[in-house]
Amino acid sequence: MNQTASALGKDLVGLESLSRQQILAILDTAEPFKEISERRIKKVPVLRGKTIVNLFFEASTRTRVSFEFAEKRLSADTVNIAAAGSSVSKGETLVDTARNLEAMRIDMVVIRHGASGAARFLADRIPSNVVNAGDGSHEHPTQGLLDMLTIRDHRGPIDGLKVCIVGDVLHSRVARSNIFGLLKLGAEVAVCGPPTLVPRGFRDLGVEVFTRVEDAIQWADVLNVLRLQLERMEAGYVPSLREYNRVWGVTNARLEKAPKDILILHPGPMNRGVEIDSDVADGPHAVILNQVTNGVAVRMAVLYLLAGGQPEKAEAAKQGGDT
Amino acid sequence: MSAKTVLQGGRVIDPSQGLDGVHDVLLVDGVVAEVGTALSVSEDARRIDCSGLVVTPGLVDVHVHLREPGGEHKETIASGARAAAAGGFTSICAMPNTDPAIDDPATVGYVVAQGRLAGAARVYPVGCISKERKGERLALIGEMVEAGAVAITDDGSPVMDSGLMRLALLYAQSFGIPVADHPEDLTLSGRGHMNAGLVSTRLGLPGKPNAAEDIHIVRDLLLAELTGGHIHLQHISTRFGVESIRQAKARGVHVTAEASPHHLVLTERAVEGYRTEAKMNPPLRTEEDVAAVRAGLADGTLDTIATDHAPHHYDEKEAAFADAPNGIVGLETALGVVLTRVVGEGVIDLPTMVERMSCQPARAFGLPGGTLAAGSVADVTVFDPEAVWTVDPARFRSKSHNTPFGGWQLKGVVRYTLVGGRSVFEG
Repeated sequence: MNQTASALGKDLVGLESLSRQQILAILDTAEPFKEISERRIKKVPVLRGKTIVNLFFEASTRTRVSFEFAEKRLSADTVNIAAAGSSVSKGETLVDTARNLEAMRIDMVVIRHGASGAARFLADRIPSNVVNAGDGSHEHPTQGLLDMLTIRDHRGPIDGLKVCIVGDVLHSRVARSNIFGLLKLGAEVAVCGPPTLVPRGFRDLGVEVFTRVEDAIQWADVLNVLRLQLERMEAGYVPSLREYNRVWGVTNARLEKAPKDILILHPGPMNRGVEIDSDVADGPHAVILNQVTNGVAVRMAVLYLLAGGQPEKAEAAKQGGDT
Repeated sequence: MSAKTVLQGGRVIDPSQGLDGVHDVLLVDGVVAEVGTALSVSEDARRIDCSGLVVTPGLVDVHVHLREPGGEHKETIASGARAAAAGGFTSICAMPNTDPAIDDPATVGYVVAQGRLAGAARVYPVGCISKERKGERLALIGEMVEAGAVAITDDGSPVMDSGLMRLALLYAQSFGIPVADHPEDLTLSGRGHMNAGLVSTRLGLPGKPNAAEDIHIVRDLLLAELTGGHIHLQHISTRFGVESIRQAKARGVHVTAEASPHHLVLTERAVEGYRTEAKMNPPLRTEEDVAAVRAGLADGTLDTIATDHAPHHYDEKEAAFADAPNGIVGLETALGVVLTRVVGEGVIDLPTMVERMSCQPARAFGLPGGTLAAGSVADVTVFDPEAVWTVDPARFRSKSHNTPFGGWQLKGVVRYTLVGGRSVFEG
């Protein structure tokens, strides 16, 4: 594969810097990759010989495992580095980590880091492809992509759909990637939550702001419900989790009043009974497990494209053909 | 034999005397002897041809961080004093947020001594308002003044306790020194790393709202009014802050205030791409704020230009944005940035620039200099206002290179910096 001809550029740091065409190319490329995970033998040789490091400075199970499956099903050689127990936790700086990785001649790095901008920082300093698996409150582009793929699977083209992100938008990288990506694909986007966690400033990004979840439910075709971190309550952004559920929780009682059939997404892990009630999470509107399944396909598509694969050749590549 | 230098045929701009014209300046034994036309000078005088150049009272920067003691890997008093001289500054005031802090007469004396040894720009220590900059109890202000402190401040850690600030503004009046404050309400800004606004929203970085600065500015103005003390407000960056100071000056409050070169020419957009060299406190703000800071500089609301020169080692800035320290160096770019982007864009004229960068800061902090009146110290800056140069941080005299102005083409090259009649920089 040709390293220089990637349809995405060298890295995937966020969706803000991608064009509508690039986002659609990723979603379209993910389609043929979905089928690999349904096979009895879930492995194709697309990334054979490529070395990928999953560099996780923050704890993550879902995202790391999803990336790891995507990499392994494409036959890449992978190494996982978790911050705890590594030199990272012994005070090694991000720049030293970057230089060490570079010295080991790896092909790609998937990075999760608690600081906004960490993925860009790494991408600017090493020749390897860098995939952002979440940087602080900035972006989580593969989550945004898998959300969009899931919405498209269930509601068709994104253009004109009304999508509302509910919860701790202020601190959410998932929210930002959704906002940037959905707007590029022509959706109307809103955010909803307590004003302490949904500042008015988000209007300047071109999104509607609701402070009452009932209003969001009246408006939306799709709700993407964010996890409320316990630490937000401890920091005083909301007085209690119980009150949060009473005022902003997505419940069946509230959904019953919706004028349309609303699709419910959640990036996980869920706090059942806080931001989402179990009867909603397990109910007919929810596509939360479809999101998880799509996560692997989207990440395969991203890795394939960054490695120089062409979107239109994904089907052939899957069969072991040259790309 | 006396030491004589004559600066011949330059455009002499000295707003302290209302002077702007082609003159000679005669310096004898460390003081200004005479400013006049075609002065006859004895053979033993050093003659410096200043035709085509601007001759001003030496520039004064009342807000620099020299990092010594404790941060010598970033800057030393000597390297900072040399950087100042290279930037055309003849006097600089060293902030006390060192390690240990400059909160007692011994440390003040150390800074004075190191400044003298450096033999470049004059270095004046600024002492702490509170012991160990903890914001709890007044430091030994009287003894620090005896040892050479010219002002007090807890810069870097604003005094959050209004009662303590009131005491400082009262107590300092015995010594005729200003109380300088970094106006910031930490309860509003504490989590922030840049201006709160569109860019911070997009980058996912917590922001510091203007209100965090505005509230403290208003508090300090009210306390100065209450006490009759002299409040010196540092690096004003907000439109409401400028307006509040304007109104306070009209009421007769004893307030002086700074504008930093970067707040006059850069907005929050400079942070795009998580550029840590544009991370400073107060943060770069919006176009409206920059316009207000410029208007404040023009009408004298902001009477002083000060750099907030804040050196950091390169590997401290080579980090994720939230992990990088605040601050940029400014001594070696201030004159060029102001000449090119502030004077050059018609915000102020050249004499007003000299007023804001020399006369007024010297007056506000009670320093010698800031004038070429006969008998005053022979601190003089000579620069070519038209010469163009490109900022190359690697060539700074400062030990640190953290600047957002790298690669900028600037007008204005310092040719001579004279301190006490002695040349400390020639470029």
